[in-house]
Amino acid sequence: MKNFSGKILFLDRSDINTDEIIPAKYLTESTKEALIPYCLEDLSLPGFDPKKDIAGKSVIVTRANFGCGSSREHAPWVLEYNNINLVIAVNFARIFRQNMFNCGLMAVSLPEETIDEIFKTFAGTEAECTTDMEKFTFTITNGKTTKVYPFKVGDFDLELVKAGGWVDYADSKY
Amino acid sequence: MGKTVAQKIFAAHLVDTPADGVYVLSLDRVFCHEITTPIAINDLVSKGKDRVIDASKIKAVIDHVTPAKDSKTAEQGKTLREWAHRHNIKDFFDIGANGVCHAIFPEKGFVRPGFTVIMGDSHTCTHGAFGAFAAGVGTTDLEVGILKGVCTMRAPETIKINVTGKLREGVYAKDLILSIIKMLTVNGATDKVIEFAGPAVSALGMDGRMTLSNMSVEAGATCGICYPDMTTVEYLWEFIKDEFPSKEAALKEYSKWLPDADAQYAKVIDFDASKVEPVVTVNYKPDQVKTVREMEGTKVNQVYIGSCTNGRIEDLRVAAAILKGKKISPELRAIVSPATPKIFSQALDEGIIKIFMDAGFCVTNPTCGACLGMSNGILAKGESCASTSNRNFNGRMGKGGMVHLMSPATAAATAIAGHITNSPLFKG
Repeated sequence: MKNFSGKILFLDRSDINTDEIIPAKYLTESTKEALIPYCLEDLSLPGFDPKKDIAGKSVIVTRANFGCGSSREHAPWVLEYNNINLVIAVNFARIFRQNMFNCGLMAVSLPEETIDEIFKTFAGTEAECTTDMEKFTFTITNGKTTKVYPFKVGDFDLELVKAGGWVDYADSKY
Repeated sequence: MGKTVAQKIFAAHLVDTPADGVYVLSLDRVFCHEITTPIAINDLVSKGKDRVIDASKIKAVIDHVTPAKDSKTAEQGKTLREWAHRHNIKDFFDIGANGVCHAIFPEKGFVRPGFTVIMGDSHTCTHGAFGAFAAGVGTTDLEVGILKGVCTMRAPETIKINVTGKLREGVYAKDLILSIIKMLTVNGATDKVIEFAGPAVSALGMDGRMTLSNMSVEAGATCGICYPDMTTVEYLWEFIKDEFPSKEAALKEYSKWLPDADAQYAKVIDFDASKVEPVVTVNYKPDQVKTVREMEGTKVNQVYIGSCTNGRIEDLRVAAAILKGKKISPELRAIVSPATPKIFSQALDEGIIKIFMDAGFCVTNPTCGACLGMSNGILAKGESCASTSNRNFNGRMGKGGMVHLMSPATAAATAIAGHITNSPLFKG
């Protein structure tokens, strides 16, 4: 299983699409490593600088409908190859969400009020998330405030996370 | 309890339910293009699993960047081409025979009512126009589809949209779907299937229905389904005539994929088509929609007519009717990309290509290129494009560019005027 803990990158906007996460002009790359420098390059978010703000972060916290648009799995890949294996949001576009779990990554939904609270409490601070995969909790702290948020992952999604993805699972089973 | 279209198709293709609400379905079609498939191919090769479940179910095309624009895109084409040859995939469409995937695959008769279809492309929902369950997936799902012929899907809750009334003259499927997306919002149908029902949908030809289904993903939908009827049968007849004694018999067979009268829907929405007028998008989300009247006079630098949404023959005919004998404004440039070689050829025979050229359009080969800013019409920073495609995301057609989505009629009128304006075919 991959690492799902680390410093948080807050993206305070809904409907962030996969073109913003990885623009189409980079879809001609034939390795996942080659995508690394272009993560969130076209994200339209005032004050956000992809060259400075991504380094050292391992968890994204964002609003609703993250990953809408194109089916490109390059979006989860570019996050993974920048060491971001977990995205927490109100909800996700179907294909992006499925792609995350298919790669053994996690896209976890929390209620809108909880996301609101996380933003209010921690956005703008150096916050870190520790994910407990046995108790299914996120512990978020910035040194001053520490809060624990329970989360749910579907049984099948969890199997994919444990198996490291859908290809090996399906090949052994079907 | 009655079933929706998607529930019927799921029941007929069910392989496994590994968890509550998770369905593993057998696939009738796995469609492939050169952008999302090569990484799946390379992964299968590296795992020692370079196999395909059934070459006859796999259809492949080079369409996103074609002919190749550089060494990297040449490499992607080469990977797909060699894989198709290696596995004896007969329906592989290479340069000269290739077109935009969601236009060429239906045109070849590859989609039938009741089919399950996946592709590593979000606009795979287009094929729902034939009464099929067709969904875009990522590369991993595609890889498993190629290897094992299955895909997992969640429970298909359905929103039924009853499109009542009749579209007014000069109002098209594109105006209808943009208006529906405005109502649903970009997140309004996430994880759901849409059934497009009602007289205004029945009145559309297959090209218009494909426009409708194509953009259902812009409201988050997994698939947008139109009901199979005689229009569907007529379109498919050349491919199915040996399977059925008559068109009526084909229709009877396909009718089993219609929803039950007592099917359970997540939501049923009535939508009055007669109130729809020509619309365009503003800003960077496809649910940000205004009437052309409100946007009248907005300058654009480029007009693009093409894509899997609106690059079909009916689209080119409408645009040509408006452009005939006219010139495009000297303040902009205009590009038309017929979506397939067949459409291109038809447009040549009908004199449509000459009309576009005389008006000052650049006519390109069939390709997806400009729509996603990969080739054949990329915008510079600060430029805007009046486009018949499906996405207006920030930077979609080029970094720093803005896209206004609209129908081919509005795009043609805009090309002549030099700014966004209604087509003369819309009488208000």
